[in-house]
Amino acid sequence: MLDVKSRWTPYWQAAPLAAVFFVFFLLPLLVTFVVSFWTYTGYSIDPAFVTDNYATAFDKCFASLPDLCTTFRTYLSTLKFCLLVWMITLTLGFTVAYYLVFEIKSPTTRIVLALLTTIPFWTSNVIRMISWIPLLGRNGLVNQALMGSGLIHEPIDWLLYSSFSVTLSLVHINTVFMIVPILNSMSRIDKSLIEAAYDTGATGWQTIWNVIIPLSKTGIAIGSIFVITVVMGDFISIGLMGGQQIASAGKVIESQINALQFPIAAANAIVLLAIVLVIIWMLLRFVDIRKEL
Amino acid sequence: MLEGRSRAFYILSAVFALYVLFLYGPTITILVLSFQGPQGGMTFPMNGVSLHWFHNLWAGIGVPNVVDALLNSLQLGLAVTLITVVISVMAGYAFRQKFRGSNALFFTAIASLILPSIVVSLGIALEFQLINGSIKSLGDFLYENYVDIENPTIWSQILGFIGSWISDNFQTTMGLFTSGLGAHLTWTLPFGLLIMFAVFNRFNVAYEEAARDLGASPWQTFRYVVLPMILPSLVGVALFGFTLSWDEIARSSQAVGSVNTLPLTLRGLTTTVTSPVIYALGTVTTAVSFAVILTAFLAVLFVQARRRRHGSDAGKGV
Repeated sequence: MLDVKSRWTPYWQAAPLAAVFFVFFLLPLLVTFVVSFWTYTGYSIDPAFVTDNYATAFDKCFASLPDLCTTFRTYLSTLKFCLLVWMITLTLGFTVAYYLVFEIKSPTTRIVLALLTTIPFWTSNVIRMISWIPLLGRNGLVNQALMGSGLIHEPIDWLLYSSFSVTLSLVHINTVFMIVPILNSMSRIDKSLIEAAYDTGATGWQTIWNVIIPLSKTGIAIGSIFVITVVMGDFISIGLMGGQQIASAGKVIESQINALQFPIAAANAIVLLAIVLVIIWMLLRFVDIRKEL
Repeated sequence: MLEGRSRAFYILSAVFALYVLFLYGPTITILVLSFQGPQGGMTFPMNGVSLHWFHNLWAGIGVPNVVDALLNSLQLGLAVTLITVVISVMAGYAFRQKFRGSNALFFTAIASLILPSIVVSLGIALEFQLINGSIKSLGDFLYENYVDIENPTIWSQILGFIGSWISDNFQTTMGLFTSGLGAHLTWTLPFGLLIMFAVFNRFNVAYEEAARDLGASPWQTFRYVVLPMILPSLVGVALFGFTLSWDEIARSSQAVGSVNTLPLTLRGLTTTVTSPVIYALGTVTTAVSFAVILTAFLAVLFVQARRRRHGSDAGKGV
């Protein structure tokens, strides 16, 4: 096959993929960048080269320091969600992956259990958010149970449409992005290394800390990139589970689009993109993704 | 760790069980609640058991486009699946060789996977706005310069006709199967490509060499040797293609134009509908997802069983 192939073969084979990414990904990013310098009226966007949109996005932000302006507070709150969700999904994902790789001996059971954690990924995220409503609402199952047991007398309000429900839902939806890459890295660890660690007197925790975690580093980094970028740009979960009351970087962009302020939305999108790229760049210093496939 | 079950095993088993409960519990709750009786509310207790809310859903819940949205998502999902499989296989083949720009293309795919969906969605929306704008100005330009002019020629008439056609008929290039399809592909193709990477990295070239030595053309090698071997993985690509498109919301949000997909409709309903009918819609959506997942698993099992039945017994002893 190889010598019959002309040297152009890989080019036409890759052409459709390249075309899709060019038209629907690279060009849109370029357009966003260009439009972020345009002006707009209520019904049109017009070519220009102004930096007003960025100035609007960071309206009085630097002048009013050390007080935080709305934009900085929004980004700070988004970063807080990122950090919290990242820590929870990492702990949970690592534990589940560890259990599947090192505690489950039968390969068939391992595959079945791994699939069990993956299947919800193929179902609708919106439904998975809505399904918290009957549990966490004012008259929901959790409040009913707590009132029934006499622990509380008034229903708890902060269970739904709050930072709590946003975090819960983000963990619910995104832990799978941690499990899969960590599982992938862990299952390549040579089991004799673990035995060697035990034989030389390492405790369970020492083995995890000094052997398993360093060898799962790539999976952890890939999972982290996924979770952090998803949460950083999220506007669906934060919108739905926050009762449309909690701001996030993504939601700001969404509401500006709805107000037809496209150039300002574009400027905010570019800022968000820059922040995400910096985060990814920092995480990528730990790994070479391509080696992992 | 080596003999017997340690205490860690039982603790971790409990953690895992709780995690699975956390994963499936809420969904099961709304599955149950969607069978709520006609007088029942959004939460427990169940007020009887009925199919009332499913009937209500099918009648359109007073929001006439729910069924349309379902059909839109189904059609779009099928188109996305087919295109994702074909493009991923071709690209998977391409990446088996080094070619100029292969690294750039790979990192573009990864970037498309992880950059915020709202940015991608906004970008596509802006791009199509600009395309619309250009087409409209082209129409105006042609109309002004070639309609009702002195000494028309055949060319000026054609250009004038195009101009007036655009002014009269052109609305938008945005739509489910233009910008919407593209937006979904930026999300499904990276997954398809990664699966094909995993497949071809483990693929033994000896089979293709054997086929070639026996005189197979490149196409025959693909059709009769490679394709049957990678078929289960292609089912996997198709599964990702359909389910990711069926559930996609963030990238669709700005990029599907005036029509709605099912997840977008669902999101809209969460703020307006306050009856279990929304759970019924959730149950239907989840049922479609599960039907697709189950079909994919059965297809893989079927291919493997067939392979065992028809496979060679070489190397299995006497």
